[in-house]
Amino acid sequence: MNFQLTDERQMLQDSLRRFLADRYTVAARTEAIADPSGYSPAIWTQLADLGVLGALLPEAVGGYGGAGFDIATVFEELGRAGVVEPVLDSAVLCGALLCGPGDAQPSPRDREYLERLVAGDLQLAFAHGEPTSRYERTWVETTATGDGQDVVLTGRKTVVVNAEAAELLIVSAREGGASGDRDGLSLFLVDPQAAGVRMQGSALLAGGRAAEVELDGVHLPHSARLGTAGGAATRIETALAAAEVALAAETLGAMETATRLTMDYLTTRQQFGRPIGTFQALQHRVAEMLIEVEQARSAVINAAGHLEDTPQTRDRHVAAARNLIGRTGRHIAEEAIQLHGGIAMTAEYELAHIAKRIVMAEHRFGDADTQMERFIDLSAA
Amino acid sequence: MDLNYSTEDLAFRAEVRAFLDAKLPQDLSDAVRLGRGLGKEGHDRWHSILNEQGWLAPTWPEEYGGCGWNAVQRHIFEEECCRAHAPRIVPFGLTMLAPVLQKFGSDEQRAHFLPKILSGEHWWCQGYSEPGAGSDLASLRTRAVRDGDHYVVNGQKTWTTLGQYANWIFCLVRTDPDAKQQEGISFLLIDMDTPGIEVRPIILLDGTHEVNEVWFTDVRVPVENLVGEENKGWTYAKYLLTHERTNIAGVGFSQAGLDAVKRLARQQIHRGRPLIENPHFAARLARAEIDLMAMATTNLRIISAAAQGQAPGVESSMLKVKGTEIRQEINDLARRAAGAYALPFAAEALAGDNSALAPPEGSDTVAAQYFNNRKLSIFGGSNEIQKNIIAKVSLGGRT
Repeated sequence: MNFQLTDERQMLQDSLRRFLADRYTVAARTEAIADPSGYSPAIWTQLADLGVLGALLPEAVGGYGGAGFDIATVFEELGRAGVVEPVLDSAVLCGALLCGPGDAQPSPRDREYLERLVAGDLQLAFAHGEPTSRYERTWVETTATGDGQDVVLTGRKTVVVNAEAAELLIVSAREGGASGDRDGLSLFLVDPQAAGVRMQGSALLAGGRAAEVELDGVHLPHSARLGTAGGAATRIETALAAAEVALAAETLGAMETATRLTMDYLTTRQQFGRPIGTFQALQHRVAEMLIEVEQARSAVINAAGHLEDTPQTRDRHVAAARNLIGRTGRHIAEEAIQLHGGIAMTAEYELAHIAKRIVMAEHRFGDADTQMERFIDLSAA
Repeated sequence: MDLNYSTEDLAFRAEVRAFLDAKLPQDLSDAVRLGRGLGKEGHDRWHSILNEQGWLAPTWPEEYGGCGWNAVQRHIFEEECCRAHAPRIVPFGLTMLAPVLQKFGSDEQRAHFLPKILSGEHWWCQGYSEPGAGSDLASLRTRAVRDGDHYVVNGQKTWTTLGQYANWIFCLVRTDPDAKQQEGISFLLIDMDTPGIEVRPIILLDGTHEVNEVWFTDVRVPVENLVGEENKGWTYAKYLLTHERTNIAGVGFSQAGLDAVKRLARQQIHRGRPLIENPHFAARLARAEIDLMAMATTNLRIISAAAQGQAPGVESSMLKVKGTEIRQEINDLARRAAGAYALPFAAEALAGDNSALAPPEGSDTVAAQYFNNRKLSIFGGSNEIQKNIIAKVSLGGRT
């Protein structure tokens, strides 16, 4: 057994942690949240220069990582600092979609996108969720039908994170099969400026932006398809597994920050003539938070370590990690606010942002209950 | 034991319901139902509708313009108002300050201030909490020094709810710095237009402006605005806090919240079926509803005892803890039901024109409400303080 990071990952973690501690101040983050793009282009470039984006993608496409532990290492730090930049959506999720599963070789076009992604020169968004899909990964009702030379997309995508900033959308659509089927799903690269694409954006509660996207008879050439016709389910599931490992690790980092801020506060806040951290009732609650952070860390290690495993084993560990972190994350966010009292409710105090990141993470790719159902299904199989 | 309401109670409920059907403006109930802000105008409008009906002050004695309702009737009124999505009655003047003036104020103060609370001419806010004095309220530091016919006030209050709309503030101030903590505190009424008062907004984590800091710099307050005796303010403050705890269980809010979760969960589709049919979601929903059913009866048991003249003791602390836990759990269920639709930021979603691509009704404010209502277990004496009270009273004679 060896739970130490490799030297390379340790170096990446150290430099990213230093960079974020120095540069990703509360003021810088507030500015990024207020930016019309939903992130800071300057920080994005610096993250690319630091090698953070490259660490999330394999060597074959210009990166130098892409394994579960690379993703977990980066995202724990991003979470610790409450970073709102769309690293998860552009690099992990769309990066994995462009790479394709297993030993798939990206086309020259897709390779070029991946290289621009690693260089920090490309923003992407995955337009997948729909009004009736909730968190089901193959529940797609958007249709892709043939029309002579073209493919025509019609449907509606909801809460597409980073859609407004994206140069390209990767859109899932059904070329066959029924809602929920694995077969018949395809992916298309769509220019958001194309005729028939309509977008309504809004800020997200915990930072970043998303949009509702309507696809009203969008005409595309067949070459806009990513991978094979009707065979995109595996590609989607592989990319989502990587994104969920990233999200779990990010939430772990945020849980660590919430716990640290709470301990700092309990030792300084005076009530009834002494620091409130001297009250045993509160001490026990901090002890529980610390235990849960360690449980969450182990769950992330399990999920990251099985990301390259068979889909069944991989997804069982990912669902387990997301369920555990959904439960313990909510507990830690709520306890951190409660133990702080009113100050934690104010927008300008760091914990407010961190707590929102923790809780709202549950709303991406499935909350604790959905992950539990997934774990039960995968365990029975 | 009789779990049913009396015939008179049922007739009263029907009367309240008919009034709400006829007089509650649709735009106000829509705003409440969808979790949107009302603004000063919205609150003022509902305030004056209730005043016109004579139903604005259920807790006041009839001689001052109260309704003369017993505890059960007040409960029915609150329950019906919640069910109809009526705006919350802003409590600071009506249910916090007024009982103090009625019991401890001078004749002049009662004659001057009480009618202006009813008419809405005075919007009161509460000047209790300070940055260093939250749960430990007695450690407050805002000073008031007597100078001829005035007190000169210096200091800072915080968490002043809706202080941005208020033109009067009732404050606890320290008038004798040498006395023991709870002595040497006085209860002052301060006109917010007095020079030296500055109100600064605090923006909460859900983006709302609901609370404020209020700063006092050499604010001159006429001595006739002292309530009761100098240095006896703690007694009045404690009396006020017992009144703040009316409707502490928030049963009506929880019932309305549960209905909203069910509406949302019927609209949301999970694996091709309405979410409300999903066994895991349904189980969580059922557990919250079962807890609420029991708490509603606990609440009625205490109300019924109060209607028979028994003073509630430690029970109000129990209702605060359980009531807020249940409300917060229902808020959590609502955000869960919304799924990914919980992610957008309500403040912006509501400002934009989302008409064509709108999310399911009510889903865009659920996460903001979940975060906003974390306050329920913090304010009005945090739940930790309530548990200390329960333990102290219950174990007091034993350990």
